[in-house]
Amino acid sequence: MKRAALILAANPLTLLGVVLVALVVLAALLADLIAPFPDHRGAVVDFVNFNKPPGGAFIMGTDVVGRDLFSRILYAYRISLLMAVVVLAIAVPIGVTLGLMAGYLGGRWEYGLMRLTDIFLAIPPLVLALSILGVMKPTLLNGMIAVTAMWWPWYTRLVYNITRGEKAEGYVLAAEVTGASRIHIMFREILPNCIPAIVTKMTLDAGFVILIASSLSFLGLGVQAPTPDLGSMVAEGARYLPDQWWLSVFPGLAILIAVFGFNLIGDGLRDILGGDR
Amino acid sequence: MTPLLDIRDLRLSFKLWSGPVDVLHGISLTIARGERVALVGESGSGKSVTARLILGLIQDLPGARVSGSLQFDGQDLTRLPPKARHALRGTAMSMIFQDPTSSLNPVLPIARQFREVLARATPGISRDEAHTRAAAALHEVAITESDRVLNSYPFQLSGGMNQRVMIAMALANRPKLLVADEPGTALDVTVQAQTLALMHDLVTDHGTAVLFISHNLGVVREFADRTYVIYRGRIVETGPTAAVFADPRHAYTRALMAAQPRLTSAGLPDIPERDPAFNDPMEVHP
Repeated sequence: MKRAALILAANPLTLLGVVLVALVVLAALLADLIAPFPDHRGAVVDFVNFNKPPGGAFIMGTDVVGRDLFSRILYAYRISLLMAVVVLAIAVPIGVTLGLMAGYLGGRWEYGLMRLTDIFLAIPPLVLALSILGVMKPTLLNGMIAVTAMWWPWYTRLVYNITRGEKAEGYVLAAEVTGASRIHIMFREILPNCIPAIVTKMTLDAGFVILIASSLSFLGLGVQAPTPDLGSMVAEGARYLPDQWWLSVFPGLAILIAVFGFNLIGDGLRDILGGDR
Repeated sequence: MTPLLDIRDLRLSFKLWSGPVDVLHGISLTIARGERVALVGESGSGKSVTARLILGLIQDLPGARVSGSLQFDGQDLTRLPPKARHALRGTAMSMIFQDPTSSLNPVLPIARQFREVLARATPGISRDEAHTRAAAALHEVAITESDRVLNSYPFQLSGGMNQRVMIAMALANRPKLLVADEPGTALDVTVQAQTLALMHDLVTDHGTAVLFISHNLGVVREFADRTYVIYRGRIVETGPTAAVFADPRHAYTRALMAAQPRLTSAGLPDIPERDPAFNDPMEVHP
């Protein structure tokens, strides 16, 4: 812990990232306590206070049906973080396992898995997600599936490259000679050597998943109204620019803070862990 | 008594797109129980390939063609199914390598790696028991502060220390055969001599047979009971170490001996890459 504190003190930008991400996570977790109007996350209509500019009881103003923007942003963070956690929790194990198999087993496994990865990587990510969502109903769950489907190949490729290098190391041969199974060598010998690179990439990706998820809901494919989502809030507000600027500017800033925070941590981790892959 | 390892007319070739490449042209080699045997030759002569064949690492490679017999402890390794061959590895036979530091996983502490080795012979060994046995094994290789070593990562230990850890691990399951592929070549000479002396005493105590692979004739002379000289996939000379060194009969062995750097000599002699005399039939010392 003490060492971590020292490292952070020497990297002010990373510290800023940690602070930003901590704010976002706290906002999402404590939304029920912080939000001035918790019921505004749902389908509430308050025509007395509609389109109020920032100020007074509504520090970020209200939307076209009179809901408090600040409260809705806090709840929207929940969706964004949930998205990031679920997508990475599914995509990373799949991608890492396939990468280890392709890199260590070689031969047909390598050929088959890496060509499959290439196919997925050849399709522009947003197009892939859009086409998946075009077939399925645009819901939160399907949004997660779509983003997961475009995310795992990056981990396969990352881990594959590291595994190829580690495979030539003496300790892998030593483990083979000791009679270790292939599963053991992949997951208990090589995988620990990939962890720094994986953790760094995951932190960077947490921000990008939020960004992509917001892009999808900006295009109307993702979380549906009345559930608050940063992307759909920006899309909704963009229609009222420039008069009711707060409707799109504040959700946009919210996205920026989250993505920026994760990126700063990711960059810092890359420097600290020394993995520049 | 039957020898522990009995290799007869072992041939190996790899089938490549450009046609088969012969690596071993029928080598024969025996090791008795508890005997220390050296296999000496230049780079690319087939030393390491022979070691890997014994450990069963080559048989499953695509394109490898193996013929001849390879009897280990009464079982024919060329015919044994992969599973049974796998069961021998790390228990009945083990191996140590050139570079001890890279042979240990850099991100795992020694204790965990040691436990995994012990678990090969004792599945489900408890953390405490593994620790006790590892400490005892380290004590044998003259490491007294075993707790510190077990809690360290390989990069925190010196090369000589890692080499001794490797030896302790290789002998922890009391294998019948230890294959040492140029052990300690990556270490400096004094440390190498120390660890070899240590290894010599240990295998003598445990009655472990050793196949010692090296190009370092000085080390072989100290260590081995018998010596095989290998050239381009053929054994060219064999016999008790003292006899081979005192009276090298084969042209290649003589060339190899002449290539030993000496303090008083005027540089190294030129050994031709190929020489018709090197293909002479095998010389056997009684």
